[in-house]
Amino acid sequence: MVKLELHDLNIWFGAVQALKAVNLEIQANEILSVIGPSNSGKTTFLRMLDRLNELQPNFKMTGVVELERQDIRAIDIEELRRRIGMVFALPLPLPLSILENVAYGVRMHGERRKNKLEARAEEALKQAYLWDEVKDRLDESAFKLSGGQQQRLCIARALAVGPEVILFDEPCSGLDPISTAKVEDAMLELKKKYTIVLVTNNVKQAARVGDRTAFFLSGELVEMDKTEKIFTAPADARTDGYIRGKFG
Amino acid sequence: MKNYKRSQNIAFFCLFLATLLIVIPVGLIIVIIIQKGLPAINWQFLTDIPRQGMRGGGIFPAILGTLYLVLGAIIFALPIGLLAAIYLSEYSKENFLNRMVKLAIVNLAGVPSVVYGLFGLALFVIFFKFGASILSGSLTLGIMILPLIITASREALESVPQSFREVSLSLGASKWQTIRHIVLPNAIPGILTGTILGLGRAAGETAPILFTVAAFYLPQLPHSIFDQVMALPYHLYVISTQVPNVDEKIRYGTALVLLVLVLFMNLVAIIIRYKFRKKKKW
Repeated sequence: MVKLELHDLNIWFGAVQALKAVNLEIQANEILSVIGPSNSGKTTFLRMLDRLNELQPNFKMTGVVELERQDIRAIDIEELRRRIGMVFALPLPLPLSILENVAYGVRMHGERRKNKLEARAEEALKQAYLWDEVKDRLDESAFKLSGGQQQRLCIARALAVGPEVILFDEPCSGLDPISTAKVEDAMLELKKKYTIVLVTNNVKQAARVGDRTAFFLSGELVEMDKTEKIFTAPADARTDGYIRGKFG
Repeated sequence: MKNYKRSQNIAFFCLFLATLLIVIPVGLIIVIIIQKGLPAINWQFLTDIPRQGMRGGGIFPAILGTLYLVLGAIIFALPIGLLAAIYLSEYSKENFLNRMVKLAIVNLAGVPSVVYGLFGLALFVIFFKFGASILSGSLTLGIMILPLIITASREALESVPQSFREVSLSLGASKWQTIRHIVLPNAIPGILTGTILGLGRAAGETAPILFTVAAFYLPQLPHSIFDQVMALPYHLYVISTQVPNVDEKIRYGTALVLLVLVLFMNLVAIIIRYKFRKKKKW
């Protein structure tokens, strides 16, 4: 089933064009890895899916993004962001306790009952493999957690809202290899229930977890195919050059 | 001695001297006022009305009047200033109109206080027919401290990291929920700083209350917000220049009370700010 579709998407920030005529579709319950050098437009692509780009004052776009065949601009923006969750590049806990962080989204959607909030938070923390480490200190500040724990907290926070799609924006760029492995394990497990889009600077990570891989360069989608295909026999010479580390 | 060492020592000396020069006048003011004013302070001075043509008795009506005026000014200016600051920093788009609004606020901060007094006289006392009253005086002082509160609040709101807003929005919270639950709680210390500055200024200014509320001599307490009151800065001016043969210690005693009042209000706000800062988790 096609979950997300982009039709002829162009994005500008002021005079700079960040995405150029991108067409692609994302299947439900797959992990799509998105690779490319800095300034290739991959983060812009990701932030387009839950309409975070629009926070920039000079943002302009043409084309259509569809979630289950519905234009995302026709969906209520809060509902859209509930259905499509985001995990940012740096661990960004809110200045709240661990429990309040995970329950925040649910609470903002109108759930007031404490036991429901706590149950949701527990479930989400278990899904993000963090529960055992934090169950005795839920009322502590989220800033007391280590970097890797904070990032898993951010995953739990995104999960608690009950999304269909989770966007990861270079989620391991600030993490050590062990924490990275834990986040990747969580992603592989989450794929069973969610659709995942993973933007990463780490080509090996894309190869490890992605079902399919898309390669962006200077705002263009150069190539997108099954991950094995991209990493063994890419169709485009530029893709080959990037994954072999010839530029980037 | 090596050349760079000497220039370093000279620089250090100059910087230290400048810092010292700031401390000296502040210290002298406090020492002189305490030294000359403390003998006047007693229970009667703080709780009695002025007697013998303000040459004796106490200054209680003026203390109470200043408290009322400051309180009134804050009640008026804090909500309006805060709401305007939220609009300007969170909602307004960068365009000509908003640039004009921001420019107007900056200029409002530079208007001499006596002009506010005249404006308050024209608008509140005469046009709205509030008369010379606590209401007119509070509104005039409130307008005077609005720019302080707006500017400080805006800076406080804008210093909350953009990433917090993005996280909150990305979880499906609305813009208002984001402001209400994430931005505002983290901006409160800065907003309080602006309020502290406003408090001090409202308590100390004479010119804005001169035409709008302050009574020359009114040995009774106000009954409603439409009554005139005495106020400490104006009372100080009156007993220093308008009434002959007032004992020096009464003048300095009044100044000391004004000083302590402002410091006390600042202290309360600083304690509240400290409490919020401690809660800050980033």
